[in-house]
Amino acid sequence: MSGIIGKKVGMTSLFITEGTSVKQVACTVIQAGPCVVTQVKTKEKEGYDAVQLGFDEAKEKNTTQPLLNHFKKANTTPKRKVTEFREFAKEVKLGDVLSVQDLFQEGDFVDVIGTAKGKGFQGVVKRHGFGGVGGSTHGQHNRQRHPGSVGASSYPSRVFKGLRMAGRTGGNRVKVQNLKVIKVIAEHNLIVVTGAIPGAKNSYVIIEK
Amino acid sequence: MNDLIKIVENASVENKPNFPAFKAGDTINVHVKIREGNKERIQQFKGTVIQRRNPSSNGETFTVRKVSNGVGVERIFPVLSPNIEKIEVLKQGKVRRARLFYLRGKMGKAARIRERVDSTVQSAE
Repeated sequence: MSGIIGKKVGMTSLFITEGTSVKQVACTVIQAGPCVVTQVKTKEKEGYDAVQLGFDEAKEKNTTQPLLNHFKKANTTPKRKVTEFREFAKEVKLGDVLSVQDLFQEGDFVDVIGTAKGKGFQGVVKRHGFGGVGGSTHGQHNRQRHPGSVGASSYPSRVFKGLRMAGRTGGNRVKVQNLKVIKVIAEHNLIVVTGAIPGAKNSYVIIEK
Repeated sequence: MNDLIKIVENASVENKPNFPAFKAGDTINVHVKIREGNKERIQQFKGTVIQRRNPSSNGETFTVRKVSNGVGVERIFPVLSPNIEKIEVLKQGKVRRARLFYLRGKMGKAARIRERVDSTVQSAE
């Protein structure tokens, strides 16, 4: 597995020729890289193989001293987002700079990981996809989107652990798999993938292959 | 950040076809490429433009309405669609709003649109 860190730019739509037919496809633009290799972990030293990448410039005054020295080892400026990739498919050295075009090409299928937008306290219909109460007739008047019974009567007479209920929604880590790479624009570090990806604009995402 | 999206969109705008300018109220004839198996032919869709949506973006569309055999037919075309061969402006209409949804409730004479006095199109009719 190899990957790169990026920032969600936004969505647009493009016309794509597939064989003989032309399709309008919704796609997401991601500004990915350039990423600096800030650490190479090996089986001998750390117990597992991994590559740590840094992305996006950070201010020196906002970076802690331990991190400053960590970045100094890789001979680079402080970075805002640091992520580790296990068993990196590409051979890299400490301080190497990775760009989108080094890892991804048009036609590749990638996975994108991000943090979903926070949606606050939501009911079970939005949060877990419950159907709600089927209709609004037959005596129903105020419970169209309610979860129904949660604990039954004499048995079990309690609510099972882990029962899906209303609560905080979104803000969790989400991975979207098999998004096709439509375009890689090397000079602006842009990558365009089909479909939607989690998170708000300007939020960090990880693109994996 | 929006500039970066523009970069992606511009690549597709570059081969944007050169259509004549038209707006809501105009009567146009859209030549649409239709692919049947391996053969390609042109179909014409003639009607009134009742709206243009999302102008100056990649997703700009326009809606054309015509009444065919007494049945109203509306088609939405993306401006950047490669399937549009060409667009002819037949008539420039004088309308007072950008979205002509009121035409949907009208038939025949009531659905007429007056021609613009400063129309630049040589009327074919």
